[in-house]
Amino acid sequence: MARQEKKRDVVIVGLGWTGSIMGMELCNEGLDVLALERGGDRDTVPDFQYPQVADELKYGVRYGFMQKPRKSTVTIRRSESETALPYRHLGSFLPGDGVGGAGMHWNGHTFRPMQEEFELKSYVEKNFGKDLISDDMAIQDWGISYKELEPYFDRFEKVAGISGYAGNLNGEIREGGNPFEAPRSDEFPMPPLDQTVDSNMFADAARKMGYHPYHRPSAVASTSYTNPYGMQLGPCNFCGFCERFGCLNYSKSSPQTCILDALKRKENFEYRTNAEVLKVELAADGKTAKGVTYIDANGEEVYQPADLVILAAYQLHNVHLMLLSGIGQAYNAATGEGVVGKNYAYQTNGGTALFFKDVDFNPFVGNGSNGHVIDDFAINQIDFGKEGFIGGSYISSGTFNGQPIRSMRLPADTPKWGAGWKEGIKDWYGHSMAIGSHGSNMSYHSNHLDLDPTYKDQHGRPLMRMTFNWKPNDIRMTQFMKSKIEPLAESMNPDIMQSSFKSEGAMYDVRPYQTTHNVGGAIMGTDPQSSAVNKFQQSWDVHNVFVLGASAFPQNIQYNPTGTVGALAYWAVDAIRKDYLPNPRPLA
Amino acid sequence: MSDANFKLNRRRFLQAGAAGTMLSAGYASGAFAKTATPALSEFTPEFFTADEWKFIMAATDRLIPADGEGPGALDARVPVFIDGQMAGPFGHAADWYMEGPHDPNAPAQLGYQSPLTPAEVYRAAIAELNAWCNDKHGSIFAELDKATKDSVLTALEKGEIKLESTKGANFFSLLLQNTKEGYFADPMYGGNHDMVAWKYIGFPGARASFREWVGVEKPYPLGPVDISGKRG
Ligand SMILES: Cc1cc2nc3c(=O)[nH]c(=O)nc-3n(C[C@H](O)[C@H](O)[C@H](O)COP(=O)(O)OP(=O)(O)OC[C@H]3O[C@@H](n4cnc5c(N)ncnc54)[C@H](O)[C@@H]3O)c2cc1C
Ligand code: SF4
Repeated sequence: MARQEKKRDVVIVGLGWTGSIMGMELCNEGLDVLALERGGDRDTVPDFQYPQVADELKYGVRYGFMQKPRKSTVTIRRSESETALPYRHLGSFLPGDGVGGAGMHWNGHTFRPMQEEFELKSYVEKNFGKDLISDDMAIQDWGISYKELEPYFDRFEKVAGISGYAGNLNGEIREGGNPFEAPRSDEFPMPPLDQTVDSNMFADAARKMGYHPYHRPSAVASTSYTNPYGMQLGPCNFCGFCERFGCLNYSKSSPQTCILDALKRKENFEYRTNAEVLKVELAADGKTAKGVTYIDANGEEVYQPADLVILAAYQLHNVHLMLLSGIGQAYNAATGEGVVGKNYAYQTNGGTALFFKDVDFNPFVGNGSNGHVIDDFAINQIDFGKEGFIGGSYISSGTFNGQPIRSMRLPADTPKWGAGWKEGIKDWYGHSMAIGSHGSNMSYHSNHLDLDPTYKDQHGRPLMRMTFNWKPNDIRMTQFMKSKIEPLAESMNPDIMQSSFKSEGAMYDVRPYQTTHNVGGAIMGTDPQSSAVNKFQQSWDVHNVFVLGASAFPQNIQYNPTGTVGALAYWAVDAIRKDYLPNPRPLA
Repeated sequence: MSDANFKLNRRRFLQAGAAGTMLSAGYASGAFAKTATPALSEFTPEFFTADEWKFIMAATDRLIPADGEGPGALDARVPVFIDGQMAGPFGHAADWYMEGPHDPNAPAQLGYQSPLTPAEVYRAAIAELNAWCNDKHGSIFAELDKATKDSVLTALEKGEIKLESTKGANFFSLLLQNTKEGYFADPMYGGNHDMVAWKYIGFPGARASFREWVGVEKPYPLGPVDISGKRG
């Protein structure tokens, strides 16, 4: 029999970016809020302190801050005919674990999607015709417009303290910014960061080709800044131990640096660490949640009643908890029925490496969000009909780190070991750069999430099973990017150049790191037949459960997700505050 | 066996000279006295048996040889690093999901699928590979000549030697990865002794502060520091 704790107004599952935002905003509303975080507690001091944190092996290679598959993982297969096998150690994606979630060890690229991305299906049908959407494709509109979300992007960017330069300020196109972006109502809270050698070389070359380079919007402080919660950031020192690490300098935006100290001071906020939620408990009629059950630090099962349940556990864990708790009908790929687990998508990236014998790049001078970007081949700049695919990419360059175990870029003909390798690392370390494309990934009926029939976690619950593979549409998109990046790279006259883009027949490989931009599975939309949550991130079926995070994306945008994840959290909490709390009910 | 050790000592001696030259050419120079670390030949491994240790010494010495410019794996004390890793949480797959069933014939792209921990993989693979070398070449791996050692490693890398005992794990790539980790990781883990690998490629280690160097295109002049605060 589980121990029962005192009832709370709100219980939040997970204390990463979305959990921290919801905690702060609901506490400000006067509610009694409890956050349950499965991992340990974590703060700048002592956990990200210099010099201990500057340890490539511990954090960059052994994933010290991330989820431990022994405690939580998924199984993966590429098609229904394959047997899914456990993702036994991390590789392709690196979910967070512990206070701050992945938000404490992210890169900090903080984009807004293009307006067209929110209405992708309608945009394609209207401009290029229905035929372009293949039968296997499952793309949908989001049920929300950029315009509705704009104030909430602005809010998140001010809390997180983003450095950048607006390219479209209330409709005015400004040189040096991104001319293709949707209008912003305000300038970025901080000016753009200074850039490294590679980033500047790329921008020069791009400008010469008539493209429009702009500074990557970054959650890395370019100057001193105090956010709306009174939290302070200081300018980044380009330490080169950024993504996969906690920031040693109070410069990278994270729940820790932007929200948590202010939140922890509130008397109506409490958080418990080493508290892993197993299940959301539903009332007998299944229409509301009564609370959650979790395992505490001593391994004891605890029942925590609450009026409002916020799932903020990261995309994968949100969907897993919904499947385990029976919130919404599980998606069945064979019949196409059900919604929870459908439209899992990822990110379609590629890149070209450029080697320059005579340029000293000093790659250890970097930050996780360094770089110039062009959007000349972004979603709203491509004629899908002519090119024969749906999607787009941003193209960028700028070094994040020069850590030698994980960032030793070498010409392809360098031996992998032996005297030739040793010679190669001397010749080429610090003498290369890369231009990358970061692209959309469409959703498909056959890429989805459900419960694994075989493998169990440490509590005996079925692991979640991911069925995912690359599809021809997205491969055509990434090949298109190759055809644009290579001439740009060539124009820079490198001594050696080599490309890596997925080509026809490419199968998903779980081993190399790709991105921790897992999306979908509890998608938002306008009707309960085709989406799991409404436009306010509220479960269609269980109205006092709100599901935050990239699980709401109906397909993946061409950008990194967190700008949108943050905006959606502020949007949802505004609806909860203004509309739900006075009269709890389905909001749509 | 004494032959292998003799070669090792001589190589270390030669390399000490080379490292000295590198230091005096660098900026933050050799003003700091080297701590007296016992010679690699006198190191007692915590995890590996004597036979396994011979293999680790011999194999890492071929993966990153001492020949030519720059430190080899033995100069960097890579074997000490690997021993520490195998004795610790990594060797025991402390963070990995190890529940069955295991499908060792799964496509490589689905990742690690062996029931063995990394430490168990080393143990089984070294024994099987030594047996293979004995069978094919009449002696264990450590006692083969350089060229034969290289040909064995190449065959292992290409999958031409199939290790039945470690199916579902790729022993060669694990060994190579751990060797490179030991070469470049902070010296507190036992390898990258005296930051030799960082000095060799020009990585400033744990300095982690480069505000004035943003966008500057010229060689960075300072040598590395490690997490303990030592300068290289
Ligand atoms: C290396 C890396 C680089 C990245 N770079 C970028 C980038 O440049 N730009 C970008 O936009 N995004 C980036 N991301 C992604 C970004 O980190 C996430 O989008 C963001 O953190 C998501 O916020 P979240 O609140 O949904 O999840 P998180 O911040 O991960 O928080 C979820 C929390 O829930 C906890 N939790 C999970 N399950 C349970 C449970 N059952 N019970 C209790 N607690 C639970 C987890 O431990 C975690 O702390 C990166 C991610 C990684 C790993
Ligand atoms: S690069 Fe800058 S933002 Fe990133 S961890 Fe270092 S100091 Fe912090």
